[in-house]
Amino acid sequence: MNIVYTDNNATTKVAPEVVEEMMPYFADLYGNPSSMHSFGGNVGKKLQEARERVADLINASPVEIVFTSCGTESDNAAIMAALELNPEKKHIITSVVEHPAVKNLCSYLEKKGYELTCVPVDREGRLDTELLYDTIEKKADQIAIISLMWANNETGVIFPVEKIAKKAAEKGILFHTDAVQAIGKIPVDVQSSPVDMLSLSGHKIHAPKGIAALYVKKGIKFAPFLKGGHQEKGRRGGTENTASIIGLGKASELAKKHLNEMDTRIRGLRDYLETGLLAKIPASSVNGERNNRLPNTLSIGFDAVEGESILLLMDQTGICASSGSACTSGSLDPSHVLMAMKVPFESAHGTIRFSLSTYNTKEEMDHIIATMPPIIKRLRDMSPFWKK
Amino acid sequence: MWEYNEKVKDHFLNPRNVGEMKDANAIGETGSLSCGDALKLFLKINKTNRIVDASFMTFGCASAVASSSALTEIIKGMTLEDAEKLTNDDIADYLGGLPKEKMHCSVMGQDALRKAIRSYKGIEILAKPGNTVCECFGVTDLEIIETVKQNNLKSAEDVTFYVKAGGGCGKCVEKIEEIVESVLAEA
Ligand SMILES: Cc1ncc(COP(=O)(O)O)c(C=O)c1O
Ligand code: FES
Repeated sequence: MNIVYTDNNATTKVAPEVVEEMMPYFADLYGNPSSMHSFGGNVGKKLQEARERVADLINASPVEIVFTSCGTESDNAAIMAALELNPEKKHIITSVVEHPAVKNLCSYLEKKGYELTCVPVDREGRLDTELLYDTIEKKADQIAIISLMWANNETGVIFPVEKIAKKAAEKGILFHTDAVQAIGKIPVDVQSSPVDMLSLSGHKIHAPKGIAALYVKKGIKFAPFLKGGHQEKGRRGGTENTASIIGLGKASELAKKHLNEMDTRIRGLRDYLETGLLAKIPASSVNGERNNRLPNTLSIGFDAVEGESILLLMDQTGICASSGSACTSGSLDPSHVLMAMKVPFESAHGTIRFSLSTYNTKEEMDHIIATMPPIIKRLRDMSPFWKK
Repeated sequence: MWEYNEKVKDHFLNPRNVGEMKDANAIGETGSLSCGDALKLFLKINKTNRIVDASFMTFGCASAVASSSALTEIIKGMTLEDAEKLTNDDIADYLGGLPKEKMHCSVMGQDALRKAIRSYKGIEILAKPGNTVCECFGVTDLEIIETVKQNNLKSAEDVTFYVKAGGGCGKCVEKIEEIVESVLAEA
């Protein structure tokens, strides 16, 4: 069976070019980049190239890039650094739709005594910027950090990071953005959007899992999350994951090259899939602000059916996607993102997320458009809530 | 990934006795849209109190569909007396076991069956007895106590697996723990 992989917001295929670039550093070129000898030092030079490539993707300088072990670590490192450097400030601002990497850390910190403002979103997934700016105005001197995602992993909805960054800078408040889903899908530029810290993760852009980076703006004080050796200029202890960092470098270079294709061909495929499914499946609806989403993401709800059942039937035909349903999330409630948007239960439980990459083709979209209607019909035929 | 056995998969992919039964003389409904699963069970019961036919309509995950399908297969031909004694374990056993976090699907089957039989006998189904403990899933203390006893549950997490209570916002988990402990202390 051919696999049609449309779950790229979960993880991506490692690009063959990336694998090729990494290979020598697993076996032959195993030196420690911190060593004095050139055998290790040469690996260090290759890491520097990777750092330049990652920096180039977001228009940063190489020294502003700190390699970490995953997006979750980058998020944790950013927020914890802000708290450590501002011990007198006890207020954190985040949103209700953050990834667990930020959301659960913030809930933990709230239990530890921090005051949390979770900015709500509207029915379209748009941030309530009024409340955000209002809190910023009123509590500026108490806010240790604002952490808001650049784009949402479930709906693809994009937050106005540029405006928020400028506002935060005006007030002298540290601003971190989780750009894990935005990177490689839309242009991310830390000069025009002057954020202080930014998380990105390799496995969402065709690098391996377990490698990521945190951008830390020059001049920002930073306290390491992993305290240890002098690696990463003392900002993250631990001998570097050399092969993976080199892979992330290559993937960043490719991602930059593919940005235009994302915006054109992949956006076209996503829209084609969306239009096709909406036309062929009655009582289906798109979650999230349609004209302000990542070009690769489609979150679509099918009334009166349940996501796990849909995914299992899709799995029978080789189509990989995700659901916003309870059964697949480990919790019994539908995703916190859809609930925060007040998507009705009727369609929230039956929400499927398709997320594309530059490896997807029109033939695959046609396959999905042909496969989904009978799956949904079959489940609706046995649903007590489906009114014909 | 799904950890369903072949039998569960078979009953999901090829469900038996699906659909509305026009001439049913007993119907039992349980679950809701907001809970994420629901079952409507249709029975045809003859004059000698035997279930001669059964069908279902289900909204929910694969194990909810499979449990419903299994339930209808089990009870076809059964006397009401025997059917009343059927438990969620019988449904899970028929399927060769369910993942433990999916046991609530079999509980749903037992619940719908009991409701159908009660409605057939003309016993009014009153509001759930007891006090609501879990608001997210509308589960009462008496229901939790019964489930804990019937299935020898040992923890609040077990209760969530069987009746969902505690699996939403989580604010009722402490109360559920207390109930489980008091039942265990009694035993
Ligand atoms: C928005 C967002 N932030 C953070 C993460 C976590 O990244 P990682 O899996 O590398 O820890 C993810 C990935 O699932 C994500 O989508
Ligand atoms: S009240 Fe029980 S999970 Fe929310």
